[in-house]
Amino acid sequence: MREGLYSSAMSRREDTVNIVKPQRMRLAEASDAPALDNGTRLGPIDVQFETYGQPTPQRDNVILLCHAFSGDAHAAGYHADDDRYPGWWHEMVGPGKAFDTDRFFVVCTNVLGGCQGTTGPGSIDPATGLPYGMSFPFVTIADMVRVQRMLLDRLDVPKLCAVAGGSMGGMQVLEWAVRYPEFVERAIVFASAARLTAQGIAFNAVGRNAIMSDPNWRDGAYYGRSQPTDGLAIARMIGHITYLSAESMGTKFGRRLRRRAPAGMELDDRFEVESYLEYQGQKFVDRFDANTYIYLTKAMDRFDLGAGRGGLESALERIKSSVLILAYSSDWLFPTVQSKELVYALARARKDVSFTEIASSYGHDAFFLESSVQTELVAAFLATQRKTA
Amino acid sequence: MRTVFDQIVAMIAPGSSVLDLGCDDCSLLERLVDERGVIGRGVDISERSIQACIKKGIGVFQGDLDEGLKDYASGSYDFVILSRTLQQVHDPVALLSEMLRVGKAAIVNFPNFGYVANRLQLALGGTMPENRHLPYSWYNTPNIHFCTLRDFHRLCRRHDFWIERELYLRNGRTIHTVLPNLFATEVCCTLRTRAPRRNRV
Repeated sequence: MREGLYSSAMSRREDTVNIVKPQRMRLAEASDAPALDNGTRLGPIDVQFETYGQPTPQRDNVILLCHAFSGDAHAAGYHADDDRYPGWWHEMVGPGKAFDTDRFFVVCTNVLGGCQGTTGPGSIDPATGLPYGMSFPFVTIADMVRVQRMLLDRLDVPKLCAVAGGSMGGMQVLEWAVRYPEFVERAIVFASAARLTAQGIAFNAVGRNAIMSDPNWRDGAYYGRSQPTDGLAIARMIGHITYLSAESMGTKFGRRLRRRAPAGMELDDRFEVESYLEYQGQKFVDRFDANTYIYLTKAMDRFDLGAGRGGLESALERIKSSVLILAYSSDWLFPTVQSKELVYALARARKDVSFTEIASSYGHDAFFLESSVQTELVAAFLATQRKTA
Repeated sequence: MRTVFDQIVAMIAPGSSVLDLGCDDCSLLERLVDERGVIGRGVDISERSIQACIKKGIGVFQGDLDEGLKDYASGSYDFVILSRTLQQVHDPVALLSEMLRVGKAAIVNFPNFGYVANRLQLALGGTMPENRHLPYSWYNTPNIHFCTLRDFHRLCRRHDFWIERELYLRNGRTIHTVLPNLFATEVCCTLRTRAPRRNRV
């Protein structure tokens, strides 16, 4: 037993990212506030970020990870010894893992508009001394990318070995590759698309509606009062349905009942899947801001890589990086057909692009879970000198 | 050991753009990149192949050839290669036409079912050929459309595929014979859409 404890402690020290310290940096003051896509100047801008591994003196081993909609800067490791869960991509980031911290200096930031340390609708508006709420300017995926670029400039990073992310993170990756072609050597897109489907927008709209119908939402001015937790929890439940597949729900919950009510009380029956969604909803309201939900889903809905660039193909023309695109067979929120559209458009633009659809029953969530296949592909993609122009 | 890959490498002009359908582990594309400086891309259906190609640094798509090449622009590659895969696709004519639309030329190689040993196995042994050139049993094989060299010629005539160049191989080496349909284990040819007027096949 003692030996077992010892060896697991050892393995925790050597094979994974352990305790990691979140960092925050002020990138702009109110006086030098940069303009966003919608023309508004926003300042101050703070960004929350974490880093894993060591930078080389030339800082030529940097990888940027972009988190998905509900993620944060905490990609790997633990904040404290008694943390129950590690960062969101712990299986992919660490010594000897896909994003190998023995080799790479990995950076992950919380996005602009977020609620995990980076400036967002819950931050204080210097003009009023109160939280922005709905007076926070509309942010785009490109704005998120600009802020990440500002941070990397401040960290003296001359270019990125790779930028990688899934879902909304994948949208940022695409924006990176198109916006800063000289800065990105490799781009890895997981379960994402150049724009969201109508179905995706529809689900986001329902989530926003749930929040805005909550009487506690008060047009976004709920800070310091009771929170619109019911609306936010419902939004999260809807989100979770879209992240799973019919198959994975069937396997995980089936039609099992958590609680069978006595005759005459049938409405009190509780299916396993109901308790799961309820639990996910409740867990979410403790860590997420309802206004951020509104802003980020809208940023995703509005994202269109080809818009304002003469269409998708001419936007992709600008890319100089090698691109790896991964789709997942049971993902219906960002279906494979959308990845393929992107892939063939890249091929027609004569870019170095590789694509595979990973067979998985986990739905959209697969990119968090299919670590072993992803590790093989990503490690190979990062390790080799590219041979195609 | 020489293989058909040596012949294909020799057929491709330096600096060409190449699409390799059914590229397996991209070992042909890797040679073409190294020895011919081509810009290459592979397509394969198996995840294992995709991984191998990415490891070699070559761009690769997972795709099903039976779904066709509709997403590729016409004339977008100098050569489209289909090596040892023709006999595995559902609609060889559709695929060959698509290859000639997407590529300025197509390179196709396939096992010759008319090879003498195959004929003998069927004629005298009374069993479907199974040997080192055709290493599968009839009930467990990816090969669903075998043809002989003569069958292939007929198909090309009927569909106006012009055979610009044709090599007959035995064990990876080219052979010169007046009876290729009898003595070649494998055939490798360059196809184009139509012959120049005066030497149409």
